[in-house]
Amino acid sequence: MVKSMTPSPAAGQETVPTRASDKPNVQRPGEDCLPVMKMRPTIKYEADRVRGFGREIMAVPGCEQLQSCIQCGTCSGVCPLSIYMDHTPRQVMALTRADFKNEVLRSRTIWLCASCYACTVECPQKIRITDIMYELKQRAILEGIYPKRFPIPILAYDFSEMVKKNGRITEMILVIKLFLKTSWLAALGNWRLGIDLMRTGRFSLKTERIRQHGDIARMMDAIDGKKGS
Amino acid sequence: MKYSYFPGCSLKGLGRAYEESLLPVMEHLGVELQELDDWNCCGATAYMAVDEVKACVLAARNLALAEKSGLNQVMAPCAACYLVLNKAKHYFHDFPAMKATMDRALDAVGLHYSGDTPVRHPLDILLNDIGIEAIKQKVEKPLKGLKVATYYGCQIVRPYATFDDPYNPTTMDRLMEALGATVVHYPLKTKCCGGSLTGTLPDAGLRLVYILLCEAKKRGADCIATVCPLCQFNLDGYHAQLESKYGDVMLPTVYFTQLMGLAFGLPEKRLGLNRAAVPFKWRPSDAAPAPAPVTA
Repeated sequence: MVKSMTPSPAAGQETVPTRASDKPNVQRPGEDCLPVMKMRPTIKYEADRVRGFGREIMAVPGCEQLQSCIQCGTCSGVCPLSIYMDHTPRQVMALTRADFKNEVLRSRTIWLCASCYACTVECPQKIRITDIMYELKQRAILEGIYPKRFPIPILAYDFSEMVKKNGRITEMILVIKLFLKTSWLAALGNWRLGIDLMRTGRFSLKTERIRQHGDIARMMDAIDGKKGS
Repeated sequence: MKYSYFPGCSLKGLGRAYEESLLPVMEHLGVELQELDDWNCCGATAYMAVDEVKACVLAARNLALAEKSGLNQVMAPCAACYLVLNKAKHYFHDFPAMKATMDRALDAVGLHYSGDTPVRHPLDILLNDIGIEAIKQKVEKPLKGLKVATYYGCQIVRPYATFDDPYNPTTMDRLMEALGATVVHYPLKTKCCGGSLTGTLPDAGLRLVYILLCEAKKRGADCIATVCPLCQFNLDGYHAQLESKYGDVMLPTVYFTQLMGLAFGLPEKRLGLNRAAVPFKWRPSDAAPAPAPVTA
């Protein structure tokens, strides 16, 4: 067992991954599991680690400070979305540093981060938590580790492809594509919004494109080290 | 006063009311804006999730274009653009490896970025370059009696508190007071609106929107004033879903520039007031000619 995952008393309520808000009447911290419940470990075994993952992340510009995390839980406390997360931001910091790559990249947490930077500003150790979340998202997308039809990474990827191709975003095309790839039902649920957008003259399907859109591809190729255009 | 102007995709799309109101207001104050020639998307938060290096390079192209324009300062009204351009600039200075990549990529398209161009938010320009007194002098129809909840959102104050306090920003409050409006105490002024989660994970995103609207209503606000196209979209667009989920929290959300335009007595047609899903019907009462009703 990894000792760093043992929660501090100050952040006691974070020890149960299934939170009271998700399932009513589940056991509280400290109570024994009921025999009918499905057993899931709350702490990982050392063998689950992918050695070197933490170091790799901490070598990325902007992510270095992760090594000085004191597990105070301030990030989890200020995060407006932590109540929906499977691992709180504090836990993601500990898991990342301790090489639990699969747990981190498969976690809902990284996708729920809305980039509000509240944690980054509040962190007493000046860890750029939002930027670490970005780094983790990038790796999850790169490795294709996210649930099928999960809209958040699909939106991020489609967004980047549209910018690469046109240099600009046409918001309505992006949103419609997202609904087609993820859920028709969600699109139907937003019918009122669609009507409002048309009524207020904001529903535009005209593709926005910069004149030098070849420049974007040339810049990307230069980053990747490709020669020629 | 002349600045180069980076509108960003939202101000040409869903947030076009922001640009529609910003341009005449700035013109009225004698500020000359020159739109960056052939600017590209800043990358916003979505590109950062795919490739942070490339996102910074995308932003750097705009900074390089701003330098090329010779105007030195670039104004970025969209909160996400403002943050990303600033972030690229910070990365350029803080991380030599990142600077080298930016240089290489810009070189491939014949551009150069020296790292100087200041990125400015309209609020910053309004309060620090133009000044609150000069703005007060332009007020023709004070917003007397209008109670405004000033909502800054995340990205203009975090993580780089460039011109205002990250915990309790007050630039917009002071501006609204100069226009004659009453600023209600709104402790959620820098809380997150959920960003794109309102569309991708409505259960989580819409809850945050509901909390923001609910609090503003509780504080007696007639409207919420915002600086961000995504915040405006979220607070304005989802009332049907919010009502069926949590109950009625109908409240108009406007751009601060729209309120400035009203106070300056600019023609309503030029302020994009008909763009919001929840119409903002309040008008300054001392207007001699009867204000035209807004068609919903």
